[in-house]
Amino acid sequence: MSTPSHDRPADRNPAREGPATNAGPDGGRRTATRRMTRKSRRLWLTLTCLICFSAATALVLNAFSSSIVFFMAPSQILARPPVPDRVIRLGGMVVAGSLRRTVEDNVPVNVFDVTDGQAAVTVRFSGILPDLFREGQSVVALGTFRPGHPFAATEVLAKHDETYMPREVAEALKRSGKWDPRFGKPPSAGSWDSMTRNEAREMTGRSAQ
Amino acid sequence: MIHPSPSAAAGRPSTGALLHRFANPGRFLRLSRWLFPLLSIAAIVCLAAGLGLGLFFSPADWQQGDAVRIMYVHVPMAILASSGYAALALCGLLSLVWKHPLADLAAMEIGPVGAVVTALCLATGSLWGKPMWGAWWVWDARLTSVLVLFFLYLGHIALIRAFDDPQRGFRAASILAIAGVIDLPIIKFSVAWWNTLHQPDSITLTHAPSMAMSMLVPLAISFAGFALGFAALVTGRLEAAILEHRAQQILTRRAGARA
Repeated sequence: MSTPSHDRPADRNPAREGPATNAGPDGGRRTATRRMTRKSRRLWLTLTCLICFSAATALVLNAFSSSIVFFMAPSQILARPPVPDRVIRLGGMVVAGSLRRTVEDNVPVNVFDVTDGQAAVTVRFSGILPDLFREGQSVVALGTFRPGHPFAATEVLAKHDETYMPREVAEALKRSGKWDPRFGKPPSAGSWDSMTRNEAREMTGRSAQ
Repeated sequence: MIHPSPSAAAGRPSTGALLHRFANPGRFLRLSRWLFPLLSIAAIVCLAAGLGLGLFFSPADWQQGDAVRIMYVHVPMAILASSGYAALALCGLLSLVWKHPLADLAAMEIGPVGAVVTALCLATGSLWGKPMWGAWWVWDARLTSVLVLFFLYLGHIALIRAFDDPQRGFRAASILAIAGVIDLPIIKFSVAWWNTLHQPDSITLTHAPSMAMSMLVPLAISFAGFALGFAALVTGRLEAAILEHRAQQILTRRAGARA
């Protein structure tokens, strides 16, 4: 049964046929080593294809990264003003104290400054702002820009950050004076406990006095 | 337990040959007999605890209010959508390189579950986006790459069932699953590489989570619940698929004996 001539055809196509045929101990080992090389060849082929494909994707994404970004920062827009009347997205933080609300023809008009820390652009938007809109919040405005004029937004989206904080903690942090939501992101979650604990201690101390 | 059918010896692909290629379905059935109920019960317990805590006892967010509770469904769905696809790609690799027969069946069963999870991730994200951002959908890098993941799942589901010869379907679907893996790092790092409307990750390996413990604990428990539920669904579906193939084989053999 296990003559070499009989082993070979089974060898040719070992992977399709499940468990090896009852070849002798030598034949069995030979089959096993050959199957290993086949397997490792397939493995290397797959991995090589995957690496090449990943490299191609990375190059494409890198080349198009300027169009993948969802919005441009004020400093980018001011440094290289876009073509007038071309619709773009402007993103940044609403500057504290810059929001002015008026009503024109029964439509609320909001004018505010958006900054990325390096430059600020004034945005004019007539319409209803999202609930999360506030000074210090990050927003994304869709509209057109001409140098010297405010950014004419047709849509304003609120962009909240990755911090999830209970109301009590937010209130305590605000009371402690260590964080003002109008001026940026809250401190890291690891420090909330100590910051609010100090505040609680001060409060108990004050009440004791 | 499995007898090589004559058609398998001739190398002709058929249900019999497919069944012959099972590495050891009997072993899997013995495993799933206790694993499936165990996973199901654990999933129900974790989901009840996690969602109960998250929806009723965790605090509301300081600016998002109660809408933040969508997170307890959305985030587990998002993580499972990606890890489900990683499992699909692993099955593809096992199938292409090691010709592991259970991997093909597992890929067949993971696909639809993963697609549903991804659809739920997109749907809950949309429901969350409208009140918070002010838009149901935006074409930012994170949302778009997850939508691509959803289409990859749909393509995989269709491709693996597209051929009369199941082996060809398994092969084509494995290649799709492995190639699609490139989308996973794009999803993961989209919020870091490009500016997006979607917020960056709150939970990372390198930094402390930017989330209160009273929200993180319910999130972790409900994630465990959804993950166990995912595993239970896949195990149960795989068990049913093996039993279905066996029943088919018995019927075929009986028909052959009668003829």
